[in-house]
Amino acid sequence: MFSYIVRRMLATIPVMGVVALFVFSLLYLAPGDPASIIAGDTATLDDIMRIRQKLGLDQPFYIQFGTWAWNLLHGDLGISIFTNLPVWTLIKQRIEPTVALTISTLLITIPVAIPLGVVAAWKAGTWIDRSVMIFAVAGFSIPTFVLAYILILTFSIGLDVLPVQGYVSFRDGFGPFISHLVLPSVTLGLFYAALVARITRASMLDVLSQDYVRTAQAKGLSNREVLIGHALKNAAVPIATIIGIGIALLISGVVITETVFAIPGVGRLVVDAILRRDYPIIQGVILMFSAWYVLINLAVDISYTLFDPRIRY
Amino acid sequence: MTIAPADIAASPALTVPQRGKLRDVFRRHPTAMAGAILLSLLVLMAIFAPWLGTVDPQALAPIHRLRHPSSTYWFGTDMLGRDVYSRVVYGSRVSLIIGISVALFSSAVGIALGLVTGFVRIVDAILMRLMDGLMSIPSVLLAIALMALSRASMGNVIFAITVAEVPRVTRLVRGVVLTLREQPFVEAAVASGTGFLAIMWRHILPNTLAPVLVQGTFIAASAMITEAALSFIGAGTPPNIPSWGNIMAEGRSLFQVAYYIILFPGICLSLAVLSINLIGDGLRDALDPRLARRM
Repeated sequence: MFSYIVRRMLATIPVMGVVALFVFSLLYLAPGDPASIIAGDTATLDDIMRIRQKLGLDQPFYIQFGTWAWNLLHGDLGISIFTNLPVWTLIKQRIEPTVALTISTLLITIPVAIPLGVVAAWKAGTWIDRSVMIFAVAGFSIPTFVLAYILILTFSIGLDVLPVQGYVSFRDGFGPFISHLVLPSVTLGLFYAALVARITRASMLDVLSQDYVRTAQAKGLSNREVLIGHALKNAAVPIATIIGIGIALLISGVVITETVFAIPGVGRLVVDAILRRDYPIIQGVILMFSAWYVLINLAVDISYTLFDPRIRY
Repeated sequence: MTIAPADIAASPALTVPQRGKLRDVFRRHPTAMAGAILLSLLVLMAIFAPWLGTVDPQALAPIHRLRHPSSTYWFGTDMLGRDVYSRVVYGSRVSLIIGISVALFSSAVGIALGLVTGFVRIVDAILMRLMDGLMSIPSVLLAIALMALSRASMGNVIFAITVAEVPRVTRLVRGVVLTLREQPFVEAAVASGTGFLAIMWRHILPNTLAPVLVQGTFIAASAMITEAALSFIGAGTPPNIPSWGNIMAEGRSLFQVAYYIILFPGICLSLAVLSINLIGDGLRDALDPRLARRM
């Protein structure tokens, strides 16, 4: 198993290599001269020359990529064109709200979604099952930003119980910290909860039809023991997978959610960077999110061996 | 051991969609029927937009700005006095065109790449590493990055979202091809001297269509959401074309005084996505009996 883990970790290197190459060459995939695109329509020739020099665009592609990748390996993501600050410093300043939002979303969705899926599978075909499935389809269909405004309209403007927008750090008081996170987390979490509930139900239905579940019931175990001890444990692999993939999907949602709720996180950073065409920031954030996704997939793959002893590599 | 949402959404089904079967889908699945009706209404709305009591969606009337919904302005007016109802009705065109185009293009490219990777080892090794890399970039971010570097136009939006969706289709088709090429009927075709291209065309390709059809509907739905998200943050459809995402983006700063600018396009977008998801669910149930019981 140890050798599997090592092999699996090594396999992430080429993937990250492809991501790095791709993120770097995005500049070249776009039609036209990258420097003048970044500079925008109102730029002078001087601005364009300055950007070209700053990004090293006056050198051949492979030298540019080599220098960039070498700096990257040393933790240098480049310098923001607009603010002149290192990209890594900017990301560090913005990481707290994004992490807080992601964790609170996971904390409120997983404990709801998994039981929903389990109950739906247990009561398959009844109105409970149907309601869960309707919830799931709705969760897939309502876009994040639409849901965000419906929630703001109801809870912040209508009932006036939660703040409309903004973020308060936990250092400035735990109450405001939580109250500012509730709506963004619910917004971000609906899709995720729908996904996890749906896969939990599917996976549980599969397991519940197995012989050993019937045996467990026949020997007189309570429903609770059968569902949690026997069924859920064996249904864990797809659920773990979807939780992992879901975290990656959350990242896409974060970009939108932070924009709607004016949360100064990494998502907001990248949206601002796009509007200003601050290319090093866009590259840096995409790289960071992709690395995060690859790491989560790695963790999920390794976790299979814990959840299911039948999986041996 | 990584399972992509695509693989879960539509695992390889070894059936070919037939006309009778498609009719069955809608008869047996009332929800899919509801989805189909809803989608047809939206398509009709997009086609007949000029005859549905709309005015020019770009016509400015600053005197009438920020009017709440009333019998004159069904969905109210925005800060430039433009009629939100007309803009929403015309906006359906953008969403539908982008949803359908992305589904078609990414399916076509995905099928081509999937067939090649499923059969040619060396291409498989290189291309799938590339796809793994692409798939690890969150799709909305990937589309955003592509849009950041090109001029806002509908063609570019379609291109950007297609690039983000292609790896999922490729992976799905490759999975089906890898299963199919071990099947006895393919072996029989090889043994009887059928050429490589004929095997691909006659035996492999038709069998990939069912799962791709299911996947395609989900791609159409997610492309609509991505287009709206891109426009919403200002990196999508150009502002001179009314799209649901654009209308919402313009209503963003006025949300507290004029909630309706965001609410109506938001509801339409949700309904459109819902209708396609319902159809997709019905298709999957019908074309993949093994999964039907579970999902």
